[in-house]
Amino acid sequence: MGMFSKPEKLGVYIDRTITEMNNIGIGSLAIVVIIAVFQGAVTTLQIAYQLISPLISKPVIGSIVSDSSMLELAPTITCLVLAGKVGSHIASEIGTMRVSEQIDALEVMGINSSGYLALPKIIAGLIMIPCLVIISIFLSNAGGILAGEASGILTSEEYLQGARASFLPYNLFFALIKAFTYAFIITTVSSFHGYTTRGGALEVGASSTKAVVYSAVAILFSDYLLAQLLL
Amino acid sequence: MIELKDIHKSFGDVEILKGINAKFETGKVNLVIGSSGHGKSIMMKCMVGLETPTSGSVIYDNRDFTHLEYRQLREVRKEIGMLFQGTALFDSLTVEQNVEFTLKMFTNMTPAERKDRVDFCLEQVDMPGINQKFPSEISGGMKKRVGIARAIALDIKYLFCDEPNSGLDPVTSRLIDELLKSITEEFKITTIINTHDMKTVFDIGDDVIFIYEGNNEWSGKVKDIKTSGNEILTRFIEASQFH
Repeated sequence: MGMFSKPEKLGVYIDRTITEMNNIGIGSLAIVVIIAVFQGAVTTLQIAYQLISPLISKPVIGSIVSDSSMLELAPTITCLVLAGKVGSHIASEIGTMRVSEQIDALEVMGINSSGYLALPKIIAGLIMIPCLVIISIFLSNAGGILAGEASGILTSEEYLQGARASFLPYNLFFALIKAFTYAFIITTVSSFHGYTTRGGALEVGASSTKAVVYSAVAILFSDYLLAQLLL
Repeated sequence: MIELKDIHKSFGDVEILKGINAKFETGKVNLVIGSSGHGKSIMMKCMVGLETPTSGSVIYDNRDFTHLEYRQLREVRKEIGMLFQGTALFDSLTVEQNVEFTLKMFTNMTPAERKDRVDFCLEQVDMPGINQKFPSEISGGMKKRVGIARAIALDIKYLFCDEPNSGLDPVTSRLIDELLKSITEEFKITTIINTHDMKTVFDIGDDVIFIYEGNNEWSGKVKDIKTSGNEILTRFIEASQFH
């Protein structure tokens, strides 16, 4: 609970949060863009492959890809990747600070080390990861449109017609709920494993691995739970 | 002054500190000596609050550090500076940002005032002009000096040093010793140094405490150390080849 006590200097915490937003958000943008585009493209091709029938209209493909992206692929796949990238970075950064006595130094100075190290990362994650998920949703659809056009399976108009027809604002809300939940899981689980590291370089690596694995399992578990509760 | 009253510390069934009583005077270089694994570092960690004693009290100028509320504890900690064995400089920050860190966190100084104070502290440790370097870009001896500069950035009353000379060449080691002595005298602070370097003891020590198997085996003035009559202490000094 010490993590949520009053900051020693609010300005310093705000600066740190902005830095972390840059690390988590801008630092992960490239990988999120690549994954989202290919995810949408591959899903379009596979859905088209499975729905080859004169009885099914082509816009249905756009509808399925767009809904799948929003409800599952963009939030969950993006956050599983972020659990690897952001989670391991957080755990190894804090773990290294622990084993090199930098956290002890903070404590001796009278600074609440858990609050100083973890809180800006959690807040930054809660702000930036949902933004990345929204970007991922858009780019998934862009990938789907590109793949459809490139392969001649469906036109962009057909894709968008299907996507518009099936769009429900609640689905976007559901995607954001997932994104916030996963962001909290990634940042807290990773901070915890980093902060409780004991030993040396080997243990920092082990903490980093644990952070990724536990975050991924918690994401999948909460994915099921949220689907059960909210859909 | 810092006073230890009957400090015990156990980890499970293993008792590391077995009732340490000691006084560390203001304005003096107080040395804690002893072989590795006999409890020096744990004692220092209990004193700065990184470990909680199983029983006993650490008194900082009539303030019982071991029984203070969290906020009061933080106030006392602002008066404490510590030089860690591995320096513990924040490796993502430059030298200037490291020294400036506590000023930013605990004072309302303007950036210009902070810069002046950082420059002053770096001059004190004879390290001017390296403000923009990162810890990874400077040598071990320089890191120690920057660590001291960071420790004295606030107007501290107590300076703790854990093995300040470990891993340093004899010349740099001597420089660090002299620096600690001069800072103690200039700023009238209570300095406590953990060491097993007897050269440090004879060069800069005022009072000495010898820790053996978790007990305060001997304490007194440096000048009396060779005539202490304590067999264990004599063996320790002989082993260090500085008798």
